[in-house]
Amino acid sequence: MTMPLSRDQIAWRAAQDLAEGMYVNLGLGMPVRVANFAPAGEEIMFHSENGIVGVGPVASEAAADPDLTDAGSQMITLVPGAALFESSQAFAMIRGGHLDVTILGGFEVAANGDLANWDARATHKGQLVGGAMDLVTGAKSVRVMMNHTTRDGGARLLQACTLPLTGLGMVDRVYTDLAVVDVTPDGFLVRELLDGLGPDELQDRSGAELAFAEEYGVLSAPAL
Amino acid sequence: MIDKRVATVEEALDGLGDGASVMVNGFGGAGVPVALIRGLEALPARDLTMISNSMRFIDGYGPAIFADRRVKKVIATAARSRGPDTSAFERQWLDGELQVEMVPQGTFAERMRAGGGGIPAFFTPTGAGTDLAVGKEVRRFGGEDCILEEAMVADFALIRGQRADRWGNIAFTGTQGNFGLVMAMAARTTVVEVAALETRHLAPDAIHIPGIYVERVIERADERDGRTP
Repeated sequence: MTMPLSRDQIAWRAAQDLAEGMYVNLGLGMPVRVANFAPAGEEIMFHSENGIVGVGPVASEAAADPDLTDAGSQMITLVPGAALFESSQAFAMIRGGHLDVTILGGFEVAANGDLANWDARATHKGQLVGGAMDLVTGAKSVRVMMNHTTRDGGARLLQACTLPLTGLGMVDRVYTDLAVVDVTPDGFLVRELLDGLGPDELQDRSGAELAFAEEYGVLSAPAL
Repeated sequence: MIDKRVATVEEALDGLGDGASVMVNGFGGAGVPVALIRGLEALPARDLTMISNSMRFIDGYGPAIFADRRVKKVIATAARSRGPDTSAFERQWLDGELQVEMVPQGTFAERMRAGGGGIPAFFTPTGAGTDLAVGKEVRRFGGEDCILEEAMVADFALIRGQRADRWGNIAFTGTQGNFGLVMAMAARTTVVEVAALETRHLAPDAIHIPGIYVERVIERADERDGRTP
């Protein structure tokens, strides 16, 4: 079996589905890496929920401005055409359906499109919901990036989520280190599978029935 | 003559006493009123309700506020410290001593905008069907379940801006703005610390918070020392 995709490779794969003219919000952690792999030559505007459309690369030390950060406290640059605004505007864009795509991290996704990504029920840490509930409700397309299984090998694609929900029936596509899986009215539909991994092996690592697209593709990414 | 300028942090926070509700701006490290948080830390006020996007900035710049158990309730989108350790506010929440109301971030902003704009409550699909909808009225609009969210107001709002004039008009730089406008709208006493208090008026078409929402402005240098908690 080919090596499962690294975090950067999952981000690369998610980036290949972005296209010219899209307005896209990237969640904290893995998803913000998607911007590093956006298709060259296509103008994609990244939204950050602290009040930016047009997030550019992380700033160099010389150019870093602590008053110009993204939602993850990274000091960033802006691209030409960027705009800055306050939070109720940032969320009107999200809640009003103006964003084309949101890409979020996830703990669990269910076959009906439910997402759990905000409360892992940690016994020693406080809660953090951030903007995830708004993003899954408002964005036109909701995409999730996560490893296919937990560290202990437990399934994350499930018949029903076990952790507290972020949103109900909202996920459209899941990118994992093993596969690209769409959520359809009939449940999970595998679009791409890691080279050398059989459908049965992916099914064994999943907690809900998987259907496979008639001509599902090979999931591959360049060395990064 | 309208003059909202004050000279000291003590004057800026005058009237902030026991039981006060306090909104604190800031997101991603920008717009955090560090001097005012430290001023609040130096006050004796207890039984506070702290309303802020993320508690780690209040805890980072004014650790005694939580460590001395002066907060009874937190309303936030994030009540988690960085790293694996359990902070004072997390420990108090886990022990059931501190009440934490988690609010989705867009609802958090909108509840303050509503509070400052005379709208007592609104319906939104955000959060419907989740644990954060428990106990809230549900109605269907456009075939979608929506939950009733109530407006939020507070006694004080503490905000960091870039420039102000004596009329209380505020201009931000970069991403400082974040929740500043809606907090200024929603608070009875809005205090803004800025890097520069202008002697003349700000350009009227480049104002991010109109002075009608602001009660006090104070000039204070950036006290972050390049650190983000």
